[in-house]
Amino acid sequence: MTSTPATPPPTIGSGHEGSIREQFTAYFRGIRQGEMGALPAIGGFVVLLILFTFLSSSFLTPLNIANLLTQAATLMMLAMALVFVILLGEIDLSAGVTSGVSAALFVVLVHNYDVNWIAAILIALATGLAIGFFIGFFVARVGIPSFVVTLGLFLGFQGLQLIIIGTGGVYRVETPEVAAIMNKNLPILWGWIGLAIAIALAVLTALWDRARRARAGVANRPALLMWGRLALIAIAGALFVAMLSVDRAPSRGSLNGVPIAHNAIEGVPIVVPITVAILWAGTFILDRTRFGRHLYAVGGNPEAARRAGIKVASIRMIAFVTCSTLAVVAGIFDASRIGVVSAASGSQIVLSGVAAAVVGGVSLFGGRGRLTHAAIGALVIAVIANGLGLLGLPAGVNFLVTGGVLILAASFDAVSRKRAGGALAR
Amino acid sequence: MDVPVIELTGIVKSFGPVDVLKGVDLKAFAGKVTALVGDNGAGKSTLVKGLAGVQPYDGGTVKYDGQEVHLHTPREASALGIEVVYQDLALAENLDIVQNMFLGREETRFGTMDEGTMERQASETLQGLSVRTVKSVRQKVSSLSGGQRQTVAIARSVLKNAKVVILDEPTAALGVAQTEQVLNLVRRLADSGVAVIIISHNLVDVFKVADYIAVLYLGTMVASVATADTNSDDVVGYITGSKTYEGKNV
Repeated sequence: MTSTPATPPPTIGSGHEGSIREQFTAYFRGIRQGEMGALPAIGGFVVLLILFTFLSSSFLTPLNIANLLTQAATLMMLAMALVFVILLGEIDLSAGVTSGVSAALFVVLVHNYDVNWIAAILIALATGLAIGFFIGFFVARVGIPSFVVTLGLFLGFQGLQLIIIGTGGVYRVETPEVAAIMNKNLPILWGWIGLAIAIALAVLTALWDRARRARAGVANRPALLMWGRLALIAIAGALFVAMLSVDRAPSRGSLNGVPIAHNAIEGVPIVVPITVAILWAGTFILDRTRFGRHLYAVGGNPEAARRAGIKVASIRMIAFVTCSTLAVVAGIFDASRIGVVSAASGSQIVLSGVAAAVVGGVSLFGGRGRLTHAAIGALVIAVIANGLGLLGLPAGVNFLVTGGVLILAASFDAVSRKRAGGALAR
Repeated sequence: MDVPVIELTGIVKSFGPVDVLKGVDLKAFAGKVTALVGDNGAGKSTLVKGLAGVQPYDGGTVKYDGQEVHLHTPREASALGIEVVYQDLALAENLDIVQNMFLGREETRFGTMDEGTMERQASETLQGLSVRTVKSVRQKVSSLSGGQRQTVAIARSVLKNAKVVILDEPTAALGVAQTEQVLNLVRRLADSGVAVIIISHNLVDVFKVADYIAVLYLGTMVASVATADTNSDDVVGYITGSKTYEGKNV
């Protein structure tokens, strides 16, 4: 060595050091630089909540909130499915018809062939898996743009669904377990137990992360920040469960001063824990496994990923398989809520799913976005439909407003990035 | 003189009827910077791609630390500690510095990422190269300047104890100050014991940083000299073919 430096080189930070005040400063600097994530969508969601609460007295009632959740669940699941391919800069236009075809397959298997409902669901999921594999093969191995492959499937599968269902046919979902997903609620105690499990998981992973960072000898954020964040999650969760634990059945009035008896509707809808579990598992995979990291890398720069030794084609395959399989879950949700499966089920929804992901802050160019973004985007779109419906506005207005919100969200994102990064605005 | 880390002898490569490399010799020594210069089409990239295992040579021998080796895939090259930093950098802009440095070779524990360990190793590597321009290893690459990106790409190449680092035009797209930073980094890289091969068109840079200069002219190594024993005019002459090197090759 030639010489020793007079002062030791400055330590390179990681953004985890510093007081709570410095953490907040850094966070707001990030926002100014265009790292907004789901913030615009959350802001929009809150504004819409406040707006509709003022405009309609029946909006912020437990009954309507439960309703809203079941309305949003299908779209949320489909948007989350699409995130896996959108992160690669790809698209799956056939996700909606995939959900329709598999729901049709499910209902026909149960209805006409007396297949056990669990087996029928597994067959439907396997069908989704096979469809994803098919798309992935043509995109990743043959090299056809995903837009074209899935557009072909979008057209073709509407025909397949028609063949499975039969012309003009409509099947009722007569499996009580499947109908329950959207139409029945958890017992109140289970709602609270579920919340406790979710909070415990959040606390454990947060503590685990801190322990790992401490063992590696790198800085941790102030503990208070972590507990504050967890407390917010716990409070929001508790308010949510408490609201849904009240009897929300509409009153039947009273006769001679005595209320007329009615069946209580109370508890968290069954679809909520299923959706939250899938959201949690998907986020875990995207954030904490090599597959997730590689998915983001391929979405950001496929050539860099290839040179880093990542099997780009396999990552693409798995993303399409995941998307189609989760689309089947969306199909089952939809069948459960509507109660029937027809030849047209699922054919309309896919673009709304894409819109939900984009409104939530997922970039169509790939590499940027999270599952929670898609979930929040789906909530925004569902709130618009729900709120405008309560105000008695025609469906046409709903479409117009949803489209406007989509363009608004996209421009918000583009402008904030342009201001921050110049040429990198995308 | 020491045993060169890399010694190429009589390397031949052709694409169909075109002979791109016609029996090229090249040596790279630990702790030294060897500049590979030559006009467009002289065969610089082809020579480097063979070393990286991307395009295997047709003939000739490659010795690594005195042992003959065969480089057929990028994996074989990187297993030997040969790393290439390409001109277009190959970083994922949507990921941060740590994520890019460990891309494709993430540290995991119980099947999940060990972010703490990766973060510590990344900042140790950057500090080992006396990098001062990077504030946080968790910055997104999209927020970095060209020079900082080059720094990250070079740091990525030495993360796993590289023995040979090949830099393809590392200063081509950089401004004056950033070029200076990157050249300093290249020097420190060599001082830490790595054999550095740098491809460059900029002779000012080459004379600033290189210990040896190897000149390719139409697929032949026409000169291989210590920087101290030559000057810019001569090197330009060798590159354009208007001068012939008479001395002994290093």
